[in-house]
Amino acid sequence: MIKEKNKEQNNKRKKRHGSIPGFGLSMGITLTMLSMLVLIPLASILLYGLSLSPSEFFAIVCSDSVRYALRTSILCSFIAATINCVFGMIIAWTLVRYNFFHRRLIDGLIELPFALPTAVAGITLSKMYSNTGIPGKWLSAIGIDVSYTHLGIVVALIFVGIPFVVRTVQPVLQKFDYQYEEAAHILGAGRIITFIKVMLPELMPALLTGFGLAFARGMGEYGSVIYISGNSAKDHTQVVSYVIMQKLNYMDYAGATAVALVMLITSFVILMVINLIQIKQSKRTNNV
Amino acid sequence: MSKKRNIKILMIIISTLFVLLMLVFPLASVLVNSFSKGLEFYFNSLKTEYFFSALGLTCIVTFITVIVNSFFGIIASYLLTRYSFAGKHILATLIDIPFSISPVIAGLAFIMMFGRLGWATPIIDTINSITGWNIKIVFAIPGVVLATIFVTFPFVSREIIPVLNAVGTDEEEAAAIMGASGFTIFRKITFPHIKWALAYGVVLCSARAIGEFGAVNALSKTRGMTFTLPLEIDALYLSGSSDSIVAAYAVSSILVLVSVILLVIRNILEYRSDRIKISVEERAEIKED
Amino acid sequence: MYIELKNVNKRFGDFQATKDISLDIEKGQLVALLGPSGSGKTTILRMIAGLEMPDSGDIVIDGKRVNDIPPVQRRVGFVFQNYALFRYMTVYDNIAFGLDIKKMDKKAIKARVSELLELTELTGLEKRYPNELSGGQRQRVAFARALAPEPGLLLLDEPFAAIDAKVRKELRQWLREMIHKVGITSIFVTHDQDEAVEVADQIIVTNNGQIEQSGTPFDIYKLPQTAFVAEFVGNPVFVKNYNCLRGFTDGDYDYYIIRPEFVEAFKSDNIHFKEIIDFSQKGIIKDIMFCGNMLQVSIDVAGQEVVTHRSMERRSISVGEEMNVIIYRVFAVSGNEVTLLENSFLKEMDLTGRNREKYLYSDDGYFAG
Repeated sequence: MIKEKNKEQNNKRKKRHGSIPGFGLSMGITLTMLSMLVLIPLASILLYGLSLSPSEFFAIVCSDSVRYALRTSILCSFIAATINCVFGMIIAWTLVRYNFFHRRLIDGLIELPFALPTAVAGITLSKMYSNTGIPGKWLSAIGIDVSYTHLGIVVALIFVGIPFVVRTVQPVLQKFDYQYEEAAHILGAGRIITFIKVMLPELMPALLTGFGLAFARGMGEYGSVIYISGNSAKDHTQVVSYVIMQKLNYMDYAGATAVALVMLITSFVILMVINLIQIKQSKRTNNV
Repeated sequence: MSKKRNIKILMIIISTLFVLLMLVFPLASVLVNSFSKGLEFYFNSLKTEYFFSALGLTCIVTFITVIVNSFFGIIASYLLTRYSFAGKHILATLIDIPFSISPVIAGLAFIMMFGRLGWATPIIDTINSITGWNIKIVFAIPGVVLATIFVTFPFVSREIIPVLNAVGTDEEEAAAIMGASGFTIFRKITFPHIKWALAYGVVLCSARAIGEFGAVNALSKTRGMTFTLPLEIDALYLSGSSDSIVAAYAVSSILVLVSVILLVIRNILEYRSDRIKISVEERAEIKED
Repeated sequence: MYIELKNVNKRFGDFQATKDISLDIEKGQLVALLGPSGSGKTTILRMIAGLEMPDSGDIVIDGKRVNDIPPVQRRVGFVFQNYALFRYMTVYDNIAFGLDIKKMDKKAIKARVSELLELTELTGLEKRYPNELSGGQRQRVAFARALAPEPGLLLLDEPFAAIDAKVRKELRQWLREMIHKVGITSIFVTHDQDEAVEVADQIIVTNNGQIEQSGTPFDIYKLPQTAFVAEFVGNPVFVKNYNCLRGFTDGDYDYYIIRPEFVEAFKSDNIHFKEIIDFSQKGIIKDIMFCGNMLQVSIDVAGQEVVTHRSMERRSISVGEEMNVIIYRVFAVSGNEVTLLENSFLKEMDLTGRNREKYLYSDDGYFAG
């Protein structure tokens, strides 16, 4: 009887998951590790956040320093991600379409921001763009201050964000069928029209995904930003991550949690949008 | 024709300038700054006890992180590509969460779990009082390790999943029909397909683990004990004297060296896996004809 | 019966892949599962192999219910559509894999593998990797690998799909001979009627998750039992307005299915047909297509288009030419029912024996010049 039941269960399990053995084990390990190392710690923030009353929560989130930090983070991440889309597109195009002497070198260097510790990038950029560094010296001579301003934050976020855009656009461009362009060309479209009407719509999902990833990274970035930003509440050059860290250092756990929750919601929205774009994209390519 | 050529040259120049100004200059700047007080000063700043402690801890943390995340990455990507089950997309999204979360929040998460107000703190205290151990997580090495694992959690699985998807399940089904066990299938059929992707993921994971700053910063307060190299750089830089700032650059130069090495390995791996892929496709085409 | 499926159902989400399917296969037969894509044929094959589990119903192999038995204990060999050769193993290791798993003695493995290499004419290629083989060689490796553990049943999923047209013809012959030589019960899935007719001993036609008809290739071709089978095999044309075709004016059907070999078209001065020329009707040639070894001719007969084949040896014809057309028989369809109707005039003439041969398989070109 028991054996029969076991068989039945075995059968049921297989029915659902296909014929390769090992489903239970891999599911168990994956769920356990994911919960222990990621989900439960994250839920701890949520748990503590729930103990805050709504009025407390909004008092913290709407305080001047938090509001300005959010505005600074969103604004600078947005500008940096936009600039990265333009240059990322150009670089990806150059890497895919042209063959030149140092192509492999450029291709390899693109991922430097992934490999370089953010703190190292932070202190270096900060020094370079201060009024004693190069090119900061020259820029401040013509009246442009970069370090310790919003501009500095944007520069740091361009640095950390560029690989995201290049690496999402590049594979799509690589797979891009020359026949599309040739078809458009034969139909009489010029180079610019071809690009805008034929290529750009095809590249848009990848570009948006890259934008989303760069933007999300910018919103959460800490190491590379804090040295160059100046972190002045007065000049509104604090970013959200810095505000959380500052509250943690002052043992203001309620404040840190409230701000973190706002950030978590923002990241989830971004993640969802990226996923939707990708689902839409895969649907379209499947239909062709 | 010449118009097309002009565009090409223009595009190459823009790309090169961008990479040069935004990526290479900062790298060079680290080196220039680190040697600005001479070679002797450079080596002296790498001889401090703080530096060796941070170097050792960074190695330990990176090693544990890579082991844990590779193990997880292999199993999770196998699960996500080889079986169908309800909630697969949700699981995949959950695994990717650390990608889109600020590292500072990762640090905060462990403080809220194991810190002064954390719900798990009483549990740890009970364990300590029963066993006589003295387990500390927050502001101690376990916290640093946990935070680093958290931020690099999806790195390996993300590299393996596309490869496994592209390979398909036919070979594994064929092996299963012939009676191979799950482990044999993995060892003989699956692993040879993913070994390059795994190596690739390990490199990315190490790079990020070595350089992790925000998450670790929230969980580590004792210089010389729980500081990793990025924290040591931060401490030197913020102490403000011109000597310590140059020392910060000296320590940074070590990390620059490491990241350049990892970048080179990464590119070699990519080149190798590409070459294998291309040669397989080409040969297949030739033979088909 | 060696293999039996009893009331088998399988559903993937919203899609009902098989609906209450029952079938029997005798030992030693080479069976084709023929049907369009999405008809459930591959699902049936995968369920027999144990790669999919039926939602309900029984699968019986050699008198034993195998629903709960894992693939390996069912003793089936499976050749995948793209062969699924292990890309990181040599030809030798691929074929030896199933034997290795069984912990067979190394020497015995070697003997068995060399035997199979010889059988499949792959000797000398054992050190190659799958990417160094041609399409046909890959198929043979997949075949040898499936046969290595001496299964009682061989299953092949679209075995010719990944091979180009020219080699495919050769391989059909090869596979048929090989399977008969080994004497193993085999089932293969295909969407190509020519392939099924040419290779199989028995054909099972599937459509919409159900079995339409099962029988010898000859039966399937000559005596289709459902509208679907009549439409799926034999390059038919459909005639809705059938009352204007001479000899078929009676009856109440939905439409007629007419195959090219049912139609005879000849010139009015052709002496071979003078006995029956009175029963013919006029048609105008609309289109002539050259099909390699014959002509495919479309003829407009009283507003209905019919198609016939014409030997290259017969007199030349041209578009717009008037022809005398006789239709020997049609499949009449009403609902899912198919009835074979003979031409009523010819039936009256009692064209049996030698006479019938003459009219049905005339080669007037030879004599009429």
